[in-house]
Amino acid sequence: MSSLTTPARRRTAPARSTAAPAAARVGGTRAALYRYGVGTLAILVSVVVFIVPFLFIVLTAVMDAEQASEFRFALPREFQAWQNLVEVVQTRDYLLVIAFINSTTLTVASVALLVVFGSMVAFVLQRRATRFNALINFLVLAGLIMPPAVVPTIWVLQRMGMFGTMPGLILVEVAFGLSFTILLFRAFISTIPRELDEAAVLDGAGPLRLFFRVILPLLRPVLVTVVLVQSVAVFNDFQTPLYFLPGDAGATVQLTLFNFQSQDLTTYNLLFMDILLITIPMLVLYLFFNRQIVAGMTSGAVKG
Amino acid sequence: MATTAPAPSRTKPATASRRGAGRRRSPYPGWFYLPAALVYAVLFLVPTLLSFYFSMTRWTIFDSEFTGLDNFVQFFREPALTKGFVNTFIYAFVTSGAKVVLGLALGMLLTSQIVGRGYLRAVVFFPVLVSTVGVGITFQVLMHPSRGAINAALAFIGTDGPRWLVDPQLALLSVAMVDVWKGVGLATLIYMAGIVSIPKEYYEAARVDGAGSWTLFRNVIFPLSWPATSTVITLSLIGGLRSFDLIWAMTRGGPGFTSDVIASVIYKQYQAGFYGLSTAGNVILFIAVTAIVLPLTRFLARKEVEL
Repeated sequence: MSSLTTPARRRTAPARSTAAPAAARVGGTRAALYRYGVGTLAILVSVVVFIVPFLFIVLTAVMDAEQASEFRFALPREFQAWQNLVEVVQTRDYLLVIAFINSTTLTVASVALLVVFGSMVAFVLQRRATRFNALINFLVLAGLIMPPAVVPTIWVLQRMGMFGTMPGLILVEVAFGLSFTILLFRAFISTIPRELDEAAVLDGAGPLRLFFRVILPLLRPVLVTVVLVQSVAVFNDFQTPLYFLPGDAGATVQLTLFNFQSQDLTTYNLLFMDILLITIPMLVLYLFFNRQIVAGMTSGAVKG
Repeated sequence: MATTAPAPSRTKPATASRRGAGRRRSPYPGWFYLPAALVYAVLFLVPTLLSFYFSMTRWTIFDSEFTGLDNFVQFFREPALTKGFVNTFIYAFVTSGAKVVLGLALGMLLTSQIVGRGYLRAVVFFPVLVSTVGVGITFQVLMHPSRGAINAALAFIGTDGPRWLVDPQLALLSVAMVDVWKGVGLATLIYMAGIVSIPKEYYEAARVDGAGSWTLFRNVIFPLSWPATSTVITLSLIGGLRSFDLIWAMTRGGPGFTSDVIASVIYKQYQAGFYGLSTAGNVILFIAVTAIVLPLTRFLARKEVEL
């Protein structure tokens, strides 16, 4: 019995004693009080602070326009989810559909390039020590810290004839996201033993084969993380498309939110339906991959 | 093998062909850098360097005229622009301070044995993944001074809520609050990882020594989760100093220019066609970030060693 309970108690000890002094001695009842009392309190607070705003989005999204403009947290008088959905999708000649296509293109392409480019850099940077490594590390950190110079970037893109085009925006997203990607990959690659490289080389593998056939498959856990974290970042990015891809034809989903707002009379039920639609992909991602997202964000952040 | 392979190329750079052969045999070829380096150089490094020149010009996208430091003088002379400069620091410090305190508290709470822990972790973290603009618009509605749900709730318990985003004194802090709401999940996550990685022996030793909960926190949890603190501070400062999306969605810098930050000033000047002034704003932001983040990371790293 005691051997069964000690590890558990050891794990709970720090937390319990922060909440209740000397709880370790008093044991059972206090622990239970903490477990249920504080837990219940935390759940109640979380409902008010976190659940209510999300419920508000959902409720407003299915209201009629008149009730939505009252801003009340209330049950819809008329439940018209389908009607709102259709109306949002049809607004301005199906702009939202175009925007979803644009956002998907942008996210998939830039994340794919980020993964390939970033992992290649991380691999060589981690494996080969040269006198340039310090400089490269500095540049990686600079890319993470420094705010990008917006208008000069537009100028460069214009010179290349890529301003206001999807490929241009994709490359900009890649340039801005590279640093974080490299850091995540590098931290993971350092855990892969070098002996593996040597074995592959002895078996006659060239660098491309070594990297894409031997190393890259081993990077799968961190690969999933990078893909998820960067997908969220690119999909939710508002500022970069705003600058680099102006105009309706290239609108991403984040920019569509201003459709229902900039008019004289904001149609709040449609606006919130739009927010809801934009949030759903992230919710689905989180439901399926929450463990990988959480693990990746922490390991990368702490090690990086 | 791997370590000796690149050696001949370094010691015998005799002929080009032999050097080429040596490189090809190296399992870690330098050209792996190339694609990333190209994108990074052309779209990040070059624009950054160019920004120093263009910030000193009167610039339409077609031609530019050198004006020296005029743009910077203007930046610090016009109250609207100076306000943005000051606000940037207020915003960054308030949000990162709040994220450290709340993140640490939530991190300790969510690593302890309480009911509904999995649910709480999920719910605290989820806002991190939600569209910033969507969150901004939602809270803009919730914070509406007369009809918003927040003030309705405050009225219900008998107090008059503030005017939030419409109050010039409070607009920036209101946005900062929402920023914390959205970002605290990531801080919590980082702290949870930090706290879980503290070896259990430390707790036991502290308990044997009869440490109370405050001593335990002061001498074990806080110092040993210092890497997490340092990460949270750095990340949220970097994010806070360049923050744009949320402020633009919620106030567009208003009322007036009371909640402008450098990033929103940059966008406004860009929209108005003052590219030189806009770029000057960028350079100022660049300098501000460097001046704060570089010494800070050094300080945090030194502190980490001491602890």
